[in-house]
Amino acid sequence: MDSTIIIEKSVIIVAVFALTMLMAMYSTWAERKVAAWLQDRVGPNRAGPFGLFQPLADGLKLFSKEEFEPNTPNRFLFFVGPAIAMSTALMTSAVIPWGDKLHLFGRDILLQATDLNIGLLYFFGVVSVGVYGIMIGGWASNNKFSLMGAVRAASQMVSYEVAMGLSMIALLMMTGTLSLREISAQQAGMNWNVFYQPLSFIIFLICAFAETNRTPFDLAECESELIGGYHTEYSSMKMGFYLFAEYANMFISSTILAVLFFGGYNYPGMSWVVENWGVNIANVLGFGALFIKLCGFIFFYMWVRWTIPRFRYDQLMHLGWRILIPLSIINIIITGIVILRADIAAYLGF
Amino acid sequence: MSTVLILFCVLSAITLSTAFLTIFSKNPIHSAIYLVICFFSIAGHYLLLNAQFLAIVHIIVYSGAIMILFLFTIMLMNLNEQREVYRPRITRLGAIVSFCLICLVLITIFINSKPIVGEYTSTGEDYQSIKVLGKILLNEYMVPFEFASILLLVAMIGTVLLSKKEKLEK
Repeated sequence: MDSTIIIEKSVIIVAVFALTMLMAMYSTWAERKVAAWLQDRVGPNRAGPFGLFQPLADGLKLFSKEEFEPNTPNRFLFFVGPAIAMSTALMTSAVIPWGDKLHLFGRDILLQATDLNIGLLYFFGVVSVGVYGIMIGGWASNNKFSLMGAVRAASQMVSYEVAMGLSMIALLMMTGTLSLREISAQQAGMNWNVFYQPLSFIIFLICAFAETNRTPFDLAECESELIGGYHTEYSSMKMGFYLFAEYANMFISSTILAVLFFGGYNYPGMSWVVENWGVNIANVLGFGALFIKLCGFIFFYMWVRWTIPRFRYDQLMHLGWRILIPLSIINIIITGIVILRADIAAYLGF
Repeated sequence: MSTVLILFCVLSAITLSTAFLTIFSKNPIHSAIYLVICFFSIAGHYLLLNAQFLAIVHIIVYSGAIMILFLFTIMLMNLNEQREVYRPRITRLGAIVSFCLICLVLITIFINSKPIVGEYTSTGEDYQSIKVLGKILLNEYMVPFEFASILLLVAMIGTVLLSKKEKLEK
C-alpha cells in the first residue's frame, strides 16, 4: 500500500516537473512568436518547422557559453541566487490540482502532488520566498546596477504581495477553504469564481504580473536604466536559470489564476461526460480544459508585454499602495456585507 | 531511531548553528541570510509538530516579509566598515531588563499552556486546521488577540509618525 502511493506520487511529481520545464521552454518560443506576430514580423523560423527547435538551440547556446564570474567576495551567494530562483519557481506546482481523479488499476488516483488543506497559503509562502533568489543574486554580483535591480524587485514584490493577499481574502470568505482542490471542486458547472469576484480577479491578475516581474512591472531588469538589472553580471546557464525561472513562474501563476477564478479543471457538461463516458475520459478532458485556460493566460501575459510600456517607479508604488490595496479592502467589505445579508436571510427563513 | 527524531536532531542542529552564526558573522548581510535559514528550520519544527498553518504563516511573515525588508535596508545602508557602536549604560540595562521580562513571559506560557494543550490532545480536535484555530482565537483568546492587533496598529502609526517627524525637521 505504502509503496504504491510513493510510486503514484513520484510519477505525478515527475510529470508535473516535466510539464513545467516543457512549458517554460516553449513559452520562450511562444513569446518570440507572439512578439513577432504583434510587430508584423516572422519570428524564429530557422530551427525546425516554425522554429519549434529554437528553445533547444537556445538552451545549447546558454550551456556552451563562457561562465563568467565577477570579482565578488561572495562567490557562494552568487551561485545560490539562480538556484533559489529556479527551485522556488518549481515548488509551487506541488499543490495545483491538475484534474479530479483517474480510476486506474482499481484505485483512484488524485491528479495532484499533494492536497494540503492550506494550499493557497503554501503558494503565497513560496512566492514570498522567491524574492530571495533575485535579492541574493543581485547583491552578490557586486555591481551597483544589479543591486538597484534587486532592491527594486524586492520592494515591488513585497508591496504587491500585500494587495494580492488582501484580494485573496475576499475570495476565501466566499469559498471558506484554503485547499485548491476544494476551491476547484466548488466551481463545478459554470460557477466560476470570476463571475462572483471580478474585482478580486483583476487585482490578483495585476499583482501576478508584478510578482513575476513581467512588463509593465519589469523595473527590476529595465534595460534602459539598469543595463540588465539583477542579472547583469550573470552569464551562461546561471543567466538561463533566471530567465527560465521567470517563464516557469509565469506558467505557475497562469495555472493558479485558472484554478482560482476560471474553474480549474471544470468545463461545461463535465457531469454529463462523467455519466456517459466514464471518469477517466472526463478528467483527461478536464486536464485539457485547464491546459487551454492556462495557455490563454500565458498568451495574455505576452500580449500585455508587447502592448503596454513600462511604468515609472513612483507610478508602480502609487498603483500598489494607493489604488490596489484600498480597492481590495473595499472588495472585502462588500463581500462581507453580501455574505452577512445572505446569512441573515437564511436565519430569518426568507 | 525513528525518522521524526532524526529530523528533529538535524533541524535543531541547523537552528542552533545558524542562530550562532547570525550573531558571530562579521558581514551584516551574511547574518541576515543565516537568520533566514534559522527561520526556515523553525518552520520545519512546526511541521514536525503537525502545525502546518503555523509553519506556513511563519515563512510568509518572517522569511517572506520581515527578513526581506531587513536585507533591503542593510543593502541600502552600505555597511562596509564594521565599527562597534557605542552603547550607553542605560541601553545595556534596558536590554537586560527586557531579556528578563521575556524569560518571565516564556515561563508563564509554559506553565499555563500545559493543561490547555493536554485538553486539546484529549478531545482529539484537529487543531492544525484553520477553522478550529480561528474559533479558538476568537472565542477563548478574544481579548489577547484584539490587544495584539491594537499593539500592531500602534506600532504602525508610530513608525509613520517617526518617519514624518524626521522629514519635517529637515
